[in-house]
Amino acid sequence: MVNKSLIKKFERLLGRENVICEETDRHAYSFDSAVLDPVVPELVLQPGNRDALADVVRLCNENELPLTVRGAGTNLSGGTLPAREKGVVVLINSLNRILEINTEDLYARVEPGVITSQFAQAAAENGLFYPPDPGSQTVSTLGGNVAENAGGLRGLKYGVTKDYVLGVDFYDVDGELIRAGARTVKCATGLNLAQLMVGSEGTLGVFSEIVLKLVPPPAAQQAMLAVFDSVDRASETVSAIIANKILPCTLEFLDNFTIRAVESFRGAGLPTEAGALLLIEVDGHPAQVEEDARRIREICQEMGVTELKVSQSAEEKESVWQARRDALPALARLKPTTVLEDATVPRSKLPAMIRAINDIASRHNLTIGTFGHAGDGNLHPTILTDKRDTEEFKRVERAIEEIFDAALALDGTLSGEHGIGVAKSKFMEKEITRGTILYSQRLKQAVDPKGILNPGKIMGA
Amino acid sequence: MAELQRLLTLLSELDDQLAGCMKCGMCQAVCPLYAETGREMDVARGKLVLVEHLSSQLLNDPQGVQKRLERCLLCGSCAKACPSGVPVVDIFIKARAIIGEYLGLSPTKKLIFRTLLQKPRLMDGMQRLAAATQGLFSKQADPILGSSCARLSAPVIRDRHFLPLAKTPLHRELGEIDEPAGPGGSKVGFYPGCLVDKVFLDVGRDALNLLRHRGHGIFLPGEQVCCGIPALSSGDRQGFERLVGRILDQFEDTGIDYLITPCATCTATIRTIWPLMAEYLPQPEQQRVQNLADKTRDITEFLAEGLEELPREPESESTDKPVITYHDPCHLEKTLSISQAPRRLLRANPEYAFREMSVPDRCCGMGGSFNLQHYDLSRQVGQKKAEDILATGADTVATACPACMIQLVDQLSHTGKSVRVVHALQVYAETLPQQSRKEQQ
Repeated sequence: MVNKSLIKKFERLLGRENVICEETDRHAYSFDSAVLDPVVPELVLQPGNRDALADVVRLCNENELPLTVRGAGTNLSGGTLPAREKGVVVLINSLNRILEINTEDLYARVEPGVITSQFAQAAAENGLFYPPDPGSQTVSTLGGNVAENAGGLRGLKYGVTKDYVLGVDFYDVDGELIRAGARTVKCATGLNLAQLMVGSEGTLGVFSEIVLKLVPPPAAQQAMLAVFDSVDRASETVSAIIANKILPCTLEFLDNFTIRAVESFRGAGLPTEAGALLLIEVDGHPAQVEEDARRIREICQEMGVTELKVSQSAEEKESVWQARRDALPALARLKPTTVLEDATVPRSKLPAMIRAINDIASRHNLTIGTFGHAGDGNLHPTILTDKRDTEEFKRVERAIEEIFDAALALDGTLSGEHGIGVAKSKFMEKEITRGTILYSQRLKQAVDPKGILNPGKIMGA
Repeated sequence: MAELQRLLTLLSELDDQLAGCMKCGMCQAVCPLYAETGREMDVARGKLVLVEHLSSQLLNDPQGVQKRLERCLLCGSCAKACPSGVPVVDIFIKARAIIGEYLGLSPTKKLIFRTLLQKPRLMDGMQRLAAATQGLFSKQADPILGSSCARLSAPVIRDRHFLPLAKTPLHRELGEIDEPAGPGGSKVGFYPGCLVDKVFLDVGRDALNLLRHRGHGIFLPGEQVCCGIPALSSGDRQGFERLVGRILDQFEDTGIDYLITPCATCTATIRTIWPLMAEYLPQPEQQRVQNLADKTRDITEFLAEGLEELPREPESESTDKPVITYHDPCHLEKTLSISQAPRRLLRANPEYAFREMSVPDRCCGMGGSFNLQHYDLSRQVGQKKAEDILATGADTVATACPACMIQLVDQLSHTGKSVRVVHALQVYAETLPQQSRKEQQ
């Protein structure tokens, strides 16, 4: 247990109401969005400003309390689960100020607790665009997005969170402020520590401020829904679009199982016999959008599209998007437990990956619906199960491991955007060498000798 | 120990519903409390985990879980936004009842739910006494809103701005009514709900005028019995069931085609919570509950059915007419998906220009007894609503739930800006011919 005098110290530092020690309250911080067993922290702290956050980090280090920073707690790999012993959860949602949106130099400075979609909205109000749009964007924090290198639907054309991080200010374990990166697009001063922080899952420092790049928004968009009788056809279409030097901002995919789930959920008239469905959106200068959309229509026809719906208005765009938005809710309603994976393969290997997933599903007698980001090869095989059925859940765990193996055999990666956390730590060695893991561990040991920064995450088994 | 086992058995019936939560956290985006506190135990996902851990014995603190469950507006924003369709409000209502039964009621709650609410005559007497003496401890706060506040520091009232109780409740003023329907009309039971019966009597009078004007025959019982939601949300299933039984007795065998209420909370309770809780009752009782629930309609929905669709005027910034805006009560919009009917009633009155506020369906923060137990938090949520109302520049804000009206009066009165708070049906009633309006007065 954390001793009483230390709790008093935290109370003096943060105010009593920001130190949460009642057991029942602590249970509300024992989970995130990953399907894992709960771990109850010993203490939950909610610092109200950046100085208090620095003191929290220093005090935790002095007292060897392992700390896990939590934004919205929507992590899908257990990255926000506290340490099993003496775990402290540090909430950053009080640090939620947008400090600056600079329309001349196209950057913004934010505190880590700012909510992603609120930030994107603020950028839009200033005539600018922040593209990363993870599925949890209405609740997720920018600090969490940076720590996990969150992706989203616009990866193919616009990249992911890492492509927008110019600088990160963070506290080391002594509570010293480290400033990394700059407010400029170019910066070659010193090690690129800002990018080292991206995707570090809270293991190397605690963020206090983030500088993000903004871009001018596209002037026009057009969305299309294309139906194919097979996954191969859809996938070949994706390749053909890109081979024609067109980079859609969104290229999303739904498999047959997901199409059927969405249709029984919404009843919008999707063809339930279709093998695959693509949601394609192009954006940019109106003339370019017009030209790209026309080319894509032609390519779809050449590839034997069975149905093509093109949005002509904002309302139609919404209805074109609806099927994709419905994918997860429709699948999630079929069974109590939803295990959402994010194995990613090179784009051209998509049909092979989907075949592998379907084989795994039938081999283990499991229900798996697959949708995802066809443009960047990032699929979301979604296993529908009931974790209370321990026998079935064992099969789910075996299936997950086989999905990883299949992705790696196709030159892919374990995680496209959900991170390693605790869920995938033990699988890291399948993808990267022992040497790479040891190098990472030595790096961590050097900056965090007591191992208090989110231990057990990302650093391998 | 045997009792703990009973608690666990009862909670286990919620297991299937709890398992549906994938802890995605999307409820954070819409929860009015989470917006204020940023705490997981204030949002649906966190509370569901607490119930789950209590049920699976990872946590052994029924009191603590009950306390946190009560810190909830039951607005249903989370349930409406939930990607996996978890019936969050149903789970919370049942969990409150199960834990409440296990722990027993506090003496105060026992007095209120088992004695006062069960004895309408006693309530009437108390109302007379309170109405006669309220002037002694309160003073006027806002003449347009008609609100008052405490003269001196008062422990329960604190700095609330409230509306006075009527000297005589509506059902006393009117007595039992049983009139036949006119040609083309239906026979409707009228259930005013406690707040219309005791505070917003004009809403009740206007409602009756409108129903009569349409040729409906009215049945109004001689006593007002509470719909039971305050008892149930405080965990008193027994008190709740007794109240439900009394209302069933009142309206059965009266030949009504519909039961009409001007209170969004009462409508939602009778239509959704009664059948939900009827699962615990024997079969014949379940059928009685379902029959009345099926007949129950919100008054705005009922009246709007007879209205022709008006072409929507473009909302212009400048207008000579007084501006009116509308607040969606959670129990109407989120529970029953009724949002257009009250707006149609407002647009049917050409004397006003209608202007939407930003996020009209954001909860006002009232939450019934939540406001009593967590006034500061209720006020924080309510002030956001007040700001949204003021930003429209409206002279009048309409809604369709007297509980929301209490909160809007309090919050607007505190801003010092005079905005009239009315029920949507009152605005529509202004279009009635003078004669029909006067009939009742």
